Amino acid sequence: MDGLTSAASVLAAALAVGLGSIGPGLGQGRAAGQAVEGIARQPEAGEKIRGTLLLSLAFMEALTIYGLVVALVLLFANPFAG
Amino acid sequence: MVTVLAGLWYAPLASLEVGEHLYWHLGKLKIHGQVFITSWVVMALLIGAAWLGTRKAQRVPQGWQNFMEYVLDFVRTLTRDQLGEKEYRAWLPFVGTLFLFILTCNWTGILLPWKLIELPAGELAASTNDINTTAALALLTSLAYFYAGFSRKGLLGYFKGYLYPSPIMLPFKIIEDFTKPLSLSFRLFGNILADELVVGVLTFLVPVLLPVPMMVLGLFLSGIQALIFATLASTYIAEALEDHEHGEQEAEMA
Repeated sequence: MDGLTSAASVLAAALAVGLGSIGPGLGQGRAAGQAVEGIARQPEAGEKIRGTLLLSLAFMEALTIYGLVVALVLLFANPFAG
Repeated sequence: MVTVLAGLWYAPLASLEVGEHLYWHLGKLKIHGQVFITSWVVMALLIGAAWLGTRKAQRVPQGWQNFMEYVLDFVRTLTRDQLGEKEYRAWLPFVGTLFLFILTCNWTGILLPWKLIELPAGELAASTNDINTTAALALLTSLAYFYAGFSRKGLLGYFKGYLYPSPIMLPFKIIEDFTKPLSLSFRLFGNILADELVVGVLTFLVPVLLPVPMMVLGLFLSGIQALIFATLASTYIAEALEDHEHGEQEAEMA
């Protein structure tokens, strides 16, 4: 692999993880905040809220993971590395 | 690139091998041996646990049988919550197997000292950190929900459900059939590999004590991932079993 391709791949991998975690981070923060609010208002519904929160957090987590998978592909299985 | 990074990672205490596999040749196929070894160990563990639990089944469970009944109860609640009282019995074995296999794969990857066993190439780890394992599990889930839909409503009846709220949804529903297994497999694979990478990088930087909290977090997260996979699989099956026409009638009557 030539220098330009590897430099671009490393940069792209960093960007994929970094940019990809912004959106899910905001979303997870919002979801967790709302859940805490819900539990504070209605502690008896805490168990149910916690379950739903974990499930939806994992969904958001998946979005970051896609970025990570792209980054890993770029670093370890680069299709452009001739 | 792999060799460059392998050079960077070279350290006596920590090493990461992504994209290196122990290849076995099966006819023309090249298969990842380390995944098979760990999967077989997991299967042996699960079968052994089930055998121990049911060998001398008693009316009042004790010890291991008690634990296995608790596990069964957990899986049953999980399936019943998604599929409903009427349907869950038929799908409990499938969803339960998915959950237990993924959970045991993830946890053995963290808890068992695989890295002490030297392989000629690649390394032993949780078998869910290989995209092939998770893709196979996800495709099985796809097959399961198609089977559920077809056997309940017939070929035409099932695809008629794609037009259900309005025909505009048709392209999205078709795309969904492809994105469901894709996201299922990527989510599990990415999470497990990410956990292992984080622990590996931390071990590379600070080999003592610091990786332990990350490993505990990894235990928690991989448990959640198994739960998510099983929950989503049963949700997809429930979606395929859903009777739209009947539902409309009920809505009209109400």
